[in-house]
Amino acid sequence: MTNNPSIELKGISKAFGPVQANKDISIRVMPGTIHGIIGENGAGKSTLMSILYGFYKADAGEIFIDGQKTLIPDSQAAISAGIGMVFQHFKLVENFTVLENIVLGAESGEFLAPSLRKARAELAELAAEYELNVDPDAVIEEIGVGMQQRVEILKALYRKANILILDEPTGVLTPAEAGQLFRILGRLREEGKTIILITHKLREIMDITDTVSVMRRGEMTATVETSETSPENLAELMVGRKVLLRVDKTPAQPKHQVLEVSGLNVVDEAGVLRLKNVNLNVRAGEILGIAGVAGNGQSELLEVLGGYQSATGSIRVNGSEIDLTGSSSDGQSRRARGIAHVPEDRQREGLIMDFTAWENAIFGYHRDPDNQLNRFLMNNAAIREETAAKMARFDVRPPNPNLTAKNFSGGNQQKIVLAREIERNPDLLLVGQPTRGVDIGAIEFIHKQIVALRDRGKAILLISVELDEILSLSDRVAVMFDGHIMGERDPSKTNEKELGLLMAGVISEAKK
Amino acid sequence: MDVMPKWADVVLVPLFSLVLAAFLSALLILAIGESPGEALKLMVEGTLLRSAGWGYMLYYTTNFIFTGLAVSIAFHASLFNIGGEGQAMMGGLGVSLVCLFIPWPHWSLAIIGASVGAAVFGMIWAGLPAYLQAKRGSHIVITTIMFNFIAAGVLNFFLVGALKPKGSMDPATANFPASTHLPTFEDMAQLLGFEKMFRSAPANVSFFIALMACVAVWYLIWRSPLGYEIRALGKSGPAARYAGVGSVKIIMITMMISGALCGLMAINTTQGESERLILNFTEGAGFIGIAVALMGRSHPLGVLLAALLFGFLYQGGAELALWTKIPRELIIVIQALVILFTGALTMMVRAPLERLFLMAWRG
Repeated sequence: MTNNPSIELKGISKAFGPVQANKDISIRVMPGTIHGIIGENGAGKSTLMSILYGFYKADAGEIFIDGQKTLIPDSQAAISAGIGMVFQHFKLVENFTVLENIVLGAESGEFLAPSLRKARAELAELAAEYELNVDPDAVIEEIGVGMQQRVEILKALYRKANILILDEPTGVLTPAEAGQLFRILGRLREEGKTIILITHKLREIMDITDTVSVMRRGEMTATVETSETSPENLAELMVGRKVLLRVDKTPAQPKHQVLEVSGLNVVDEAGVLRLKNVNLNVRAGEILGIAGVAGNGQSELLEVLGGYQSATGSIRVNGSEIDLTGSSSDGQSRRARGIAHVPEDRQREGLIMDFTAWENAIFGYHRDPDNQLNRFLMNNAAIREETAAKMARFDVRPPNPNLTAKNFSGGNQQKIVLAREIERNPDLLLVGQPTRGVDIGAIEFIHKQIVALRDRGKAILLISVELDEILSLSDRVAVMFDGHIMGERDPSKTNEKELGLLMAGVISEAKK
Repeated sequence: MDVMPKWADVVLVPLFSLVLAAFLSALLILAIGESPGEALKLMVEGTLLRSAGWGYMLYYTTNFIFTGLAVSIAFHASLFNIGGEGQAMMGGLGVSLVCLFIPWPHWSLAIIGASVGAAVFGMIWAGLPAYLQAKRGSHIVITTIMFNFIAAGVLNFFLVGALKPKGSMDPATANFPASTHLPTFEDMAQLLGFEKMFRSAPANVSFFIALMACVAVWYLIWRSPLGYEIRALGKSGPAARYAGVGSVKIIMITMMISGALCGLMAINTTQGESERLILNFTEGAGFIGIAVALMGRSHPLGVLLAALLFGFLYQGGAELALWTKIPRELIIVIQALVILFTGALTMMVRAPLERLFLMAWRG
């Protein structure tokens, strides 16, 4: 092994207009190590990786691969320099087999068969070498996300990658799958590969990396040996101030039942059963957390409760039955009955990105009498004023109601949605992924608001794929797998391992 | 990426597109063997320097305001109503039935009745494709184009059949009774004591209805909860679903308003100008509405300005055809170029313009 770093960045800078996304960034990563890059959203991690993979051109700075100065004008150049990238959202063709996906873009010659044959042989070697077992003839849409991610890694290795970049790789994995991924990464490290892991999860950094760089506002604020730092220290470096990593809350004092769901079934457009006989209830003054890997029916549950997905079964709110036909204007009647909904995807559903903050601040409540002058006209002046006050109360920055939603950061967008839903003083708040893509400082604030609503005696149904979030916020935890509720646990009496097994659908072992 | 201030975006891009279109047209005029400067002079003299020229220009402008507003409101819901022609034709049929078969005591009542007739017929003609889009997912662009042809066929059917006076060789209805005739600008000028103004020009009171429609559409889009829902659905379908804004309802309502506006054009052409229903009275105004809406950025004020511009081009084009060997179709070429630059190639025009602007702005 040489003494040259496997990859070295010197003084990389990149600006988008007046925004300095990367400012004079330098990193050295030695071969056979795992280097973590951690930072809040918008800190410039993705920009840096895009430069490294040839999507953007840096304004200044140099890249050295194995000590050689290398230009990376496009992703082809990145691949031939031995850089492989595993994106957060996989880039796989759903109805192709594993083998076809791996060969795609790297075919040799005019005919497909020889490439496939060659790839099959190489795949077997790779699988043996790195313990990356995948059935080459399985169709992508029929295998789990953990497997799909392995295919992405294999794709990079098949293209002779020596440097592997993984962008938020555990976002869609169960704790067990994440464990497997980390074993694979460990194995790759042993074989001398260099790995760059981008994440916002402090624990992953602590668990697997050798060195870690912290980014804040486009700058690299620190690079340290992982063994010489702590999660608290890293969080402080990321945010620039001391951060409370735990949620401060008193035990819940639940009262009457607000939400009762029984025998709920949902069939999607393709005829697949998405929710299977779901039963649950939420009382006033408590938070019921629903844990589970994304795509196991949580979204459908929220859609049914929010009124835009039809279902069979029964949902009672404050004792009275609600309509489950899911007609397109049901969202309005749900709100009228005191159900507020912070949707999972705020950019797609919760906000209209081209609308101003004040227009978004009444979205869904725009037909309320207090937003209208008369039947035909909205009271825009009053809405603007009210929005400015709300933005101040929820610490939205900048507090300008005339700014378009897309110009706010993820955390501030989420605060606009939360302000809208919470300030209506609902009886039941549905919250999906409240802190996805939100920076640590804002997470603290959002969690506080949710707990404060609970303490005002409201019922809260929380859905999140972040197990930490579920464990720290919830008063009771239910786990969803494949459309079923696998079981309910007391968060103070359970642990990640047990929940992880439930999330993977292994009920018998979890019971022990 | 840094962006231009909004005013620059709204003003400079259409203006620059227009300059580009004018430049290419000038090349065309040169190729025909005429002088572009002379042509422009003719257009200005024939349109802006005589009151009768204004009378013609505002007549065309009235049509373009109605169709431009119609296309704009559909744009706000992300719907492309390309069926303005057909909806206007059906509007003409509505106007004719109201004017021919109801005895009106005075034009002021007749115009109300005719407006209702025009709007209802246009509404129905836009409502059918809207229903197919909202319920069955048939693409509105395809269906509205087909409905243009069907409307032309329906009009033809009535004008050579049931509505043609016996013994007439002309595919047209009988003349409307005199009590339905609308005051033209010439009549109004005389009333105010100006003789010899707007001589025999077709512009009439429906121009003021068009102006009122601009104000009404502005209120609808930017001030009413319905307009809010239309814009919400247009910007994001999933978000509208989340908020409980019914897409079927909004698509239907938006298209019906759009169709009603197109239909209203017929009070200008059919009741106001020809005073009977004739074949092809729309003269492509439904399509020009698309250019007007694109150039006017789907804003009523922009639509008004763009409609004035196209009114000028239409009247100016007629002058050119009269005095030079430049064919009237040249105006259609200019119109196509404007659509090309403001609609299809907006990014091509916008990006370099933005860079230039920012460079100049920062000095």
